[in-house]
Amino acid sequence: MNVPSTILTLLMGIGLTLISLWAGQNYHLLLPVSATDVSSEVDRLFGAMLTIAAGLFVLVQGALIYAIVRFRQKPGDDTDGPPIRGNIPLEILWTAIPAIICLAIAVFSFDIYNSMGGLDPMASGAGSGMAHHHHGKNLAIAAPLDGSDNGALPAATQVALGLGAAPESQGKPPDLEVNVQGLQYAWIFNYPSLNGTVAGELHVPVGKDVQLNIAAMDVLHAFWIPQFRIKQDAIPGQPTQLRFRATKAGNYPIVCAELCGSFHGAMRTTILVQTPEEYDQWVASVMPAPESGETAANPAPALVATATRDLTDTEYLQSYSDRLGIEAQAIAQLTTPAAAQP
Amino acid sequence: MASADLTHPNAIEPDEPQPWQRFFSFSVDHKVIGIQYLVTSFFFFLIGGALATAVRVELATPEVDFVSRELYNQLFTIHATVMIFLWIVPAGAGFGNYLIPLLIGAKDMAFPKLNAIAFWMIPPAGLLLISSFFVPNGAAASGWTSYPPLSLVNGQWGELIWILSVLLLGTSSILGGINFVTTILKMRIPGMTINDMPLFCWAMLAASILILLSTPVLAGALVLLCFDLMAGTTFFNPTGGGDPIVYQHMFWFYSHPAVYIMILPLFGAISEILPVHSRKPIFGYKAIAYSSIAISLLGLVVWAHHMFTSGTPAWLRMFFMIATMIIAVPTGIKVFGWLATIWGGKLRLNSAMLFAMGFVSMFVVGGLSGVMIASVPFDIHVHDTYFIVAHLHYVLFGGSVFGLYAALYHWFPKMIGRMLNEPWGKVHFVLTFVGFNLCFLPMHYLGLMGMPRRVAEYDPQFATINNLCSIGSYILAFSTIPFLINAVYSWVAGAKAPANPWNALTLEWTVASPPPEHNFVGQPVLKTGPYDYGVAKQGAVRKPISQLKASDILSGSTR
Repeated sequence: MNVPSTILTLLMGIGLTLISLWAGQNYHLLLPVSATDVSSEVDRLFGAMLTIAAGLFVLVQGALIYAIVRFRQKPGDDTDGPPIRGNIPLEILWTAIPAIICLAIAVFSFDIYNSMGGLDPMASGAGSGMAHHHHGKNLAIAAPLDGSDNGALPAATQVALGLGAAPESQGKPPDLEVNVQGLQYAWIFNYPSLNGTVAGELHVPVGKDVQLNIAAMDVLHAFWIPQFRIKQDAIPGQPTQLRFRATKAGNYPIVCAELCGSFHGAMRTTILVQTPEEYDQWVASVMPAPESGETAANPAPALVATATRDLTDTEYLQSYSDRLGIEAQAIAQLTTPAAAQP
Repeated sequence: MASADLTHPNAIEPDEPQPWQRFFSFSVDHKVIGIQYLVTSFFFFLIGGALATAVRVELATPEVDFVSRELYNQLFTIHATVMIFLWIVPAGAGFGNYLIPLLIGAKDMAFPKLNAIAFWMIPPAGLLLISSFFVPNGAAASGWTSYPPLSLVNGQWGELIWILSVLLLGTSSILGGINFVTTILKMRIPGMTINDMPLFCWAMLAASILILLSTPVLAGALVLLCFDLMAGTTFFNPTGGGDPIVYQHMFWFYSHPAVYIMILPLFGAISEILPVHSRKPIFGYKAIAYSSIAISLLGLVVWAHHMFTSGTPAWLRMFFMIATMIIAVPTGIKVFGWLATIWGGKLRLNSAMLFAMGFVSMFVVGGLSGVMIASVPFDIHVHDTYFIVAHLHYVLFGGSVFGLYAALYHWFPKMIGRMLNEPWGKVHFVLTFVGFNLCFLPMHYLGLMGMPRRVAEYDPQFATINNLCSIGSYILAFSTIPFLINAVYSWVAGAKAPANPWNALTLEWTVASPPPEHNFVGQPVLKTGPYDYGVAKQGAVRKPISQLKASDILSGSTR
């Protein structure tokens, strides 16, 4: 029975398309839960790339296997194959198709990157020199020496690189800002809006626009939440940031993804995406009832202007232990050598 | 067909068997140096493989139980450094040394003494690197990328030795690159235009251009890092106002092109091996030749795709994303050209051909995941995870190492004068193919699901799949044994190889196996083009590829 080769090619093309579409449909099996508003967008991009990759994979591997079966040398046949040196239309075709595919993926990626907030001028480095001075580390290298800020020199602030606001919330302040410090081998979270509350786990309310201002204390680290599909290196001397809106309550791992020393693999903690009630409960548990004279907006530590070297350890740590809610007894045990040991 | 031409004017009787001692001497014969490169780098491949196996034993369980955390970091750091700088790069240079003069009809490389000097930098550099395990605080432990500030605070002596060793190896590579460019451009026999030379020469030319343009930048970065480490300068140390991101840019300005330095020579080797064993001309000679140069030049402007989650502004992330994706186009041209070369041929499925087809098959997987991770939003998720570990091994093991094995099976008879054993070669291929895929395919999933790379301990949910990867790595480690037995036995007692066991058409097969000291007696004569399979039998005078018109190519005619 002779089936025309055009029909066979058509059938194979349909089969190839079906296989790649099937593979691309199942991308979510290869990914962890998606827990922010844009993480599912990243997954869609992965699904599209997986569809194309599956098609090309089957095409190439199929051609190789077919060649092994169909074109293997027959015993005793020492002759050469046909002297075909090329086919320029075919070569143009297989130059153009990958070029178009790559262009399409690049455009799609650009779009997704924008929706993740990657192109926010406040975080992308495009607006360097712009007023972006209220957080992060300001390295005032070029600041006027007399301290007068007459506007002749732009404030020498470093833009915090990373992911900024999504297009719809650009220009708006985030609902919650958390300062994140990476150090060997832990993440420390500091809530400026909660009187500088310090925590070892990250608590965020579900559905809120959260900005993380990321700094590194010693070596490079990378802040990664796999379920959010976001990652950003923590770099000593260079502030970075991430901004997200978690849509699915739950506990997810925070992983250090940049080699930072022996215990790099153990540098993990948890992000707790909480319902508003749970989050408020947590806030209440870490925030003592507001005392008179101190407002939440002004958490400046009283010790800044004090000559710290004149203080004992206990006095120095007093303000921190108050905010951390640590018993003075515990501090005394830590700071008194040997004597406190049983 | 292209018959084995024993009366070829280039064919002469081999000289007296040459003494084995010359392999341990400061020989300036490119063939001796080529074999020195290959044997030395294969020795370091075994060491690097042993280190990798130790890494996989540790990762078989989620806890830290086989080595200490400190030693674990040293193991993967030295594993990568050995595999890159002491195996794949010098092995590519070894084939270049052995083959380039033979392929272009020259008696030796342009600068034979420089060639020997370049080789003799490698053994001391390698031994120095391995010895660093025994200095206080052990070997370098901050990854082969050696990012500051971490590389400045780990063991100082191990890091210093690492820097010195890589500087030596980089210098060796630059000297080799100068030699290859000069030899390829200046020493071809008359009548062989640049568009007539075998594709391996194009590939080595492209790789050598990259070596010359990018390796000095790595050397600069490492010298500055050394100052920071030993003299207390702060080029990259933020505590003194230095910038660790500058190091990353300088490092990757070399180290991404290094990927092409490692794969281009094997692209060239595959372009030689597939036509011989498919009995067909290479499909699209010029497209494959020029795509090597395109990869080489584009390869210089993609480095920051290693830094998408680092201190890289958005516009740079977008620029490097697009530049990286463009590289897929010349790479795709090669892959489709190879498939079309095989298509309709008469395939001899021997060990060389199996590894060459395995190369195409595995490299494509690495290429597809490579386009995925060029996409910034997706790379932000998988950067520094096991997805990257899987991708880079598909390119460098599935690509480069499969290519090196294919080249070894293909040219061993020419180099040694004896045939390798075919059944043992096939056992080797099957074990390598199975072990490799079992080890590295599941790693894509690990990375997507959230396992970071360079960790000694990990989330227990990944235990089963890591165990699978480790079993694959044991098979992979075991797969070198049949090859070693085969190579050693065949070198000593294998069947004698004729001058042209594969009926190949390039010039190296027109001389005895192994070739005599100065390769050719008098000026060698080009009787056919390098890929004139199926057309040479008519005995007609060939038309150089450079004079073929598009219509000739379409009609398959060379006259």
